[in-house]
Amino acid sequence: MSHAATHDHHDDHHGAPKNFFQRWCMSTNHKDIGTLYLVFALLMFFIGGSFAMLIRAELFKPGLQLMQPYFFNQLTTMHALVMIFGAIMPAFVGLGNWMIPLMVGAPDMALPRMNNLSFWILPFAFTLLLSTLFSAGGGPAGGWTMYPPLSLQSDSLAYVVFSVHLMGISSIMGAINIIATILNMRAPGMELLKMPVFVWSWLITAFLLIAVMPVLAGAVTMLLTDKYFGTNFFNPGGGGDPVLYQHIFWFFGHPEVYIMILPAFGIISEIIPTFSRKPIFGYKAMVFAIASIAFLSFIVWAHHMFAVGLPLGAEIFFMYATMLIAVPTGVKVFNWVSTMWGGSMTFETPMLFAIAFVILFTIGGFSGLMLALVPADFQYHDTYFVVAHFHYVLVTGALFAIIAATYYWLPKWSGRMYSEFWGKMHFWNSVIWVNVLFFPQHFLGLAGMPRRIPDYNVAFANFNMVSSIGGFLFGASQLIFLGVLVHGVFFSKKKATDRVWEGAKGLEWTVPSPAPFHTFDVPPVIHDDELAHGHVND
Amino acid sequence: MGQQHDAYFVPTKSYWPFVAAVVMFTTVVGAAHWLNAEPGDGGFGKTVLTVGVIGVLAMFFGWFRSVIHESMAGSYNHQVDVSFRMGMMWFIFSEVMFFGAFFGALFYIRMFSVPWLGGQGHGVLTHEFLWSDYAASWGMNGGNGPQHVGGNFSTVPAWGLPLLNTLILLSSSVTVTIAHHALRAGHRGKILVFLGITVLLGALFLNFQAHEYIEAYKELNLTMHSGVYGSTFFMLTGFHGLHVTLGTIMLAVIWLRVLKGHFNKEHHFGFEAVAWYWHFVDVVWLGLFMFVYIL
Repeated sequence: MSHAATHDHHDDHHGAPKNFFQRWCMSTNHKDIGTLYLVFALLMFFIGGSFAMLIRAELFKPGLQLMQPYFFNQLTTMHALVMIFGAIMPAFVGLGNWMIPLMVGAPDMALPRMNNLSFWILPFAFTLLLSTLFSAGGGPAGGWTMYPPLSLQSDSLAYVVFSVHLMGISSIMGAINIIATILNMRAPGMELLKMPVFVWSWLITAFLLIAVMPVLAGAVTMLLTDKYFGTNFFNPGGGGDPVLYQHIFWFFGHPEVYIMILPAFGIISEIIPTFSRKPIFGYKAMVFAIASIAFLSFIVWAHHMFAVGLPLGAEIFFMYATMLIAVPTGVKVFNWVSTMWGGSMTFETPMLFAIAFVILFTIGGFSGLMLALVPADFQYHDTYFVVAHFHYVLVTGALFAIIAATYYWLPKWSGRMYSEFWGKMHFWNSVIWVNVLFFPQHFLGLAGMPRRIPDYNVAFANFNMVSSIGGFLFGASQLIFLGVLVHGVFFSKKKATDRVWEGAKGLEWTVPSPAPFHTFDVPPVIHDDELAHGHVND
Repeated sequence: MGQQHDAYFVPTKSYWPFVAAVVMFTTVVGAAHWLNAEPGDGGFGKTVLTVGVIGVLAMFFGWFRSVIHESMAGSYNHQVDVSFRMGMMWFIFSEVMFFGAFFGALFYIRMFSVPWLGGQGHGVLTHEFLWSDYAASWGMNGGNGPQHVGGNFSTVPAWGLPLLNTLILLSSSVTVTIAHHALRAGHRGKILVFLGITVLLGALFLNFQAHEYIEAYKELNLTMHSGVYGSTFFMLTGFHGLHVTLGTIMLAVIWLRVLKGHFNKEHHFGFEAVAWYWHFVDVVWLGLFMFVYIL
């Protein structure tokens, strides 16, 4: 370590820069960048959520109520793109940014400037994407999967493709950073198999991101050249095949699904032991289960395409491969329940969301198993059953985990305790209304209501109205969340202790609350009993 | 792991990442406007695109310059070096996956979509009702699909320029490795010669590829529009050529840095990163030569 470096490092040692631009736009601080990611994700969550409110308003009654079908199609497309790439993924990256260095005893991310670039690409990418809604031809309306030839008809395609490229670059750089941080920046004594499960889940997720985001970039590039440069990848007349796009897209898309759930598994594996006051049951099994799920995610993509006309052998292979995923997922659910079993449990807001996650995500997992069956999927394909399925895994799964993580770590970030009463209000409202919102959609789908259609048969009217009411109230419940956050960050009088939660174990709870601008100037010496999983190898 | 150093290194604030986001945004906004413009009306998009591209180049120059300055000042410890290495390795892995998407498309088209259009497998009815006279072979007799999109064309023979280009790239991998060994032995003159040869070989490759493209368009009628054969041919070789261009520029920068004495026997990660990248480009070419030109 040279003098120059020491000097550089101590320049901003004593705290955050005062200048707003310097602090937030030139940052190399993982906590500030993590905060940026989380605030951005929250903003996108409300933008994407407002699209969902409009969708549910249109579907409140049969017949065209509020909008033209073309605008409805733009809403479903944009809702998905914004929620997936703008809300869920950046929220997980923000949590990873904040917590991984604290959890492994690193001073920051391995490549802090690239970290800043990873974030700052996103606001621009979404400006580009959302601006298409205000253009003459409207936004993308072919669904978030952008299947050709439909997606090629839209003039917004170039904007969407370029914004997907930007998001991909951001994700790849973020993932490289996370892998380098975890593999290279751990403090002495933090062995790989002593790391928190959240860190493990992000290591594997980051690998998935680097492996599949370039594939998405390739797929949308082919869309771009098919539309603007006269190539024929997806044109059968020229020897191509639109189904080729679906193969490439879902080779990205299925690992992408796990990119949005594996960090959630990690979060839940942190929260449940804390509030059960027991170490996690089967730590190694949890890690290997995540790795198995990640591996399987590469060989199941065509289960999204059963109805498109695949050879029989392919359908059978992808059906069985898909059902295999139930095994490692079952291990995880079993271990979460076993962790709670016999624990001295308390039910603070993060724990409530974690328990709801275990139950409701499992419902989403079961409906996924139903969809994995080829003959059954011929009936369910592109119906509201699919919509119900992926909202159970994404809303009550990924989103609930993000909310749980926010409540869990917020005191560490802000140094103040949020209002437990209003946190619980948020929980009970969310958990009730989300089921009113999505559970009836199973029935709608089984009865044959297709997705992505603004109008429907009157036979579906009752369940749709119930679902819409649930949707409006679930949406309104998130305003409570916003209130709890603002209060818990800026106004709460109740100071958080360093440990915050009585049963919390791990390195992040040994630093003060709020975590100082710089933690771990020198590598901390870690003892096994400070770690949540320090003794698992015994 | 953490044992080799007594304190962590965190770089100082920098405006380059924010600048990078702005210029990337400018570039894609310009490109999207240009693509959507009516014929003869692309001026605005082109201007924005040009500004963006110049901005990206300036950003790379500025960002790398500041990193080189910090590196020369000895700011980076062993741990930073390892982070850089991991960053480059995983970046190359992501590039491998990017090319994987296009190779995957090529294999799918040749193994499935063209034979199915010719009536094999479960493509019987499509063939019978839509294009019953389609012979479904690859290359110049059917590679542009049942509608003969782009008209009759000829393929580029593998054993002419492509073979020469293969030999050029393989030799350049050898010369860059000789330069690396010379660097580790501390022979700066030898590095400059062999690295210089590598740069020239890269430029020669690009020159031949340009010739090949011109010939394909002018003589063979093989264009981007030549059905899916033209699509896969130009996308795969085009993206590869783009990577060779980047790699050649990177090698040239490294050559200048060697000239300025930036590297020593122990610390020359910049050199190694570019050498890795060059080998990666080389391996991709071998895949291309095999599956695009020969088979």
